Amino acid sequence: MHADERLNDANFPKHPEKATLEGKNKFLGFWLFLGGETVLFATLFGTYLGLRHMNMDGPTTEELFKLPTVFLATMLLLTSSLTSVYAVLALKQNRVKSLQGWFFVTLLLGLCFLGLEVYEFNEYVHEGHTFTSSAFGSAFYTLVGFHGGHVAFGCLWIITLLVRNWNRGITLVNAPKYYLFALYWHFVDVVWVFIFTVVYLMGKVG
Amino acid sequence: MSTHASHKKRSGLMDWLTTVDHKKIGILYLIAGGFFFIIGGIEAMLMRIQLIKPENDFVAAETFNQLLTMHGTTMIFFAAMPLIFAFMNAVVPLQIGARDVAFPFVNALGFWLFFFGGVLLNLSWLLGGAPDAGWTAYAPLSTTSGGPGVDFYVLGIQISGIGTLIGGINFLVTIINMRAPGMTFMRMPLFTWTAFVTSGLILFAFPPLTIGLFMLSFDRVFDANFFNPDNGGNILIWEHIFWIFGHPEVYILILPSFGAISEVVATFSRKRLFGYSAMVFATVLIGFLGFMVWVHHMFTVGLGPVANSIFAVATMAIAVPTGVKIFNWLFTMWGGKIVFSTAMLWAVGFIPTFVMGGVTGVMLAIPSADYQFHDSYFVVAHFHYVIVGGVILGLFAGLYYWYPRMFNRVLNETLGKIHFWTFFIGFHLTFFPQHFLGLMGMPRRVFTYLSGQDLDQLNFISSIGAFLMAIGTIVLLINIIISASKKYAPSSDPWNGRTLEWAIPYPTPEYNFAQTPLVRGLDAFWIEKAAGNKGMTPAEPVGDIHMPNPSILPLFMSIGLFSAALGLIYNTITVTIIGIIATFICMFLRSIIDDHGFHIHKEEVEDDLKGVKE
Ligand code: HEM
Ligand SMILES: [Cu+2]
Repeated sequence: MHADERLNDANFPKHPEKATLEGKNKFLGFWLFLGGETVLFATLFGTYLGLRHMNMDGPTTEELFKLPTVFLATMLLLTSSLTSVYAVLALKQNRVKSLQGWFFVTLLLGLCFLGLEVYEFNEYVHEGHTFTSSAFGSAFYTLVGFHGGHVAFGCLWIITLLVRNWNRGITLVNAPKYYLFALYWHFVDVVWVFIFTVVYLMGKVG
Repeated sequence: MSTHASHKKRSGLMDWLTTVDHKKIGILYLIAGGFFFIIGGIEAMLMRIQLIKPENDFVAAETFNQLLTMHGTTMIFFAAMPLIFAFMNAVVPLQIGARDVAFPFVNALGFWLFFFGGVLLNLSWLLGGAPDAGWTAYAPLSTTSGGPGVDFYVLGIQISGIGTLIGGINFLVTIINMRAPGMTFMRMPLFTWTAFVTSGLILFAFPPLTIGLFMLSFDRVFDANFFNPDNGGNILIWEHIFWIFGHPEVYILILPSFGAISEVVATFSRKRLFGYSAMVFATVLIGFLGFMVWVHHMFTVGLGPVANSIFAVATMAIAVPTGVKIFNWLFTMWGGKIVFSTAMLWAVGFIPTFVMGGVTGVMLAIPSADYQFHDSYFVVAHFHYVIVGGVILGLFAGLYYWYPRMFNRVLNETLGKIHFWTFFIGFHLTFFPQHFLGLMGMPRRVFTYLSGQDLDQLNFISSIGAFLMAIGTIVLLINIIISASKKYAPSSDPWNGRTLEWAIPYPTPEYNFAQTPLVRGLDAFWIEKAAGNKGMTPAEPVGDIHMPNPSILPLFMSIGLFSAALGLIYNTITVTIIGIIATFICMFLRSIIDDHGFHIHKEEVEDDLKGVKE
């Protein structure tokens, strides 16, 4: 069988995402990549922790952060992780339509999250908290913005994947791609949980 | 053309620009790294000419700062790094019996990113001034340095750093997933082991650098305040981040050199490596400890006695596994039938030289003493003993050793020995006196010194030594040029090698192994030879071999990022956007075009095996 052929229920492997050597390599390589990403974000978190009180004369974290908005954003992202889990379940059961549907919902939630973030940043800027106003500003926008950039990249990624494979069913070539996207998405979500805790909650309680 | 050729062959330049073959990429790394090595060497020579006598005015102070910065940066990121990648590419897949690396496309991308990063950095000489804040780019020197120099530094290293990172991931996956049957971890040749640990270090050390460079460029380009104390920033953050990367970086460089030395010493002692498992363990331990010691670069910034003591002890601890390695090399030679080939000469020269660098390292690890040594020529002497006396001597050993595998020709031994002796003597002449210069108070990073302070003579000797090293390097170049005009060497196993890379015929076929070999122990090829077999026992029948297609996208992607960086440096945001879009388009094309590679058919492989030449 060619790796590019649409799989059917009879020849469907238990782990289509790592049934070929290429899939296995991608699977492992991506986990390692996420290891590197972890260090990347850890560095950003460290810097943020070092600089978060350096707001000069600008607003402090307590004055700035609005928990309801952030909470809503968190819910959106957590839910999108859940829907991507459903998509991966569908992947493992060779249900293409369901896979596409769940990833589509994931995408929508991701876009809403981004919209909320743009709204939030806009508010802050009006309150005098900008990228250049203080070291706290630089560290905040870099950390949160880096995460937002990751979400945006994820959105582009899943759009490309969905469009390209719209009529193709699940194959041994695209199964790892879907799977890796879901991994990435969970990772981005986990990072957000840390941002929520370290930046927003700790910012509120001082 | 054979009747069943399955794909069209590209030729000439196009072949090299689109190649995804790890062997060719290894050669590209070697050439590019060698080129930057020469540039960095010229910068060193200019500095040494300036310092040959007191109160010299051969170069201006500003120029000296630029030379100093560019020399350090070039040598670390664009000479030593790519040279280890050259050997990793050329050798690792062969040593583990693999047909290819895990991600050939990514591998090519890694090379081009490194290359354009280096080109970008060096363009600074022509486009408004080179960086001048030292290779460590300490803030606020780097954030306030006028002109575009430091921007070139930041973006050049950023681009090539991405290349290094993905290259590291590629090797990790290759080594974990693509070993031939029977090649367990504890049967892997030592060079592969060191490549493995080095790749792991790259994976965890480069992301902090990426972030640090981002912050530095944000400060410079977008007026951020990370390192601006007036606005709440903190310059120590840069130092921490830089050395959290920077210290592991020196182990990233030295470990593959250790690996090469291990192969060379075992081969030319005609013995298996003494204490193989201890060597493996020491390699892993060194890699691990490498992350625990960064503060030894910051003893004098005032972190306090507790932090200093902890990091001092951690630093000294590294001497233990390193000592294990040194003794194992000595025990490997002990009682062996030593052949003093050029490669072996480099390896033997390496051992005492590196030990000296290690000893001064332990001296520097004593915080109270470091207050004296800090930023003096003693430090310069120390790190050149480890980087040149360790990394570079090891890489030269590797070069003479693997040159036949990479180019199907041997280098001339006599010229090789001349190269060794001039470079080796030149090296010690250059850097040994610098220990004393440092103890006598000559500070690091100064463009001149006063006469009548007893610094004249030693500086003079040091500069003469540098000339000798330059002569040695020229001899190497001549040797390479001569070898290019030679025919293939008579044997594909010129050193009577022990490991799998020598089991492949000349010229190395693009699929490496016609049949994946069956590995039956450590020193797999040696075992078969000792059992009287002519080659490796195959683990599979002859069959079609799947190969990846060449691609021009890695080149274009890198050019895209390169233009984006130029746009940022010159504040022409349109150029930046175009560059980034170009890169994204390439990524997009890569993901939507189905590229399943091609097959080399069984018949073709059988012809190769029979030695049918077309
Ligand atoms: C080949 C002969 C070499 C010579 C003659 C040479 C000479 C020098 C000199 C004169 C300096 C300036 C020291 C100071 O004033 O502080 C220097 C700095 C440095 N060199 Fe070399 N070098 C050589 C090779 C290398 C190699 C192969 C590497 C690395 C692979 C290297 C890495 C460095 C670094 C990292 C610095 C520090 C720059 C700084 O202080 O910021 N050098 N070298
Ligand atoms: Cu260090």
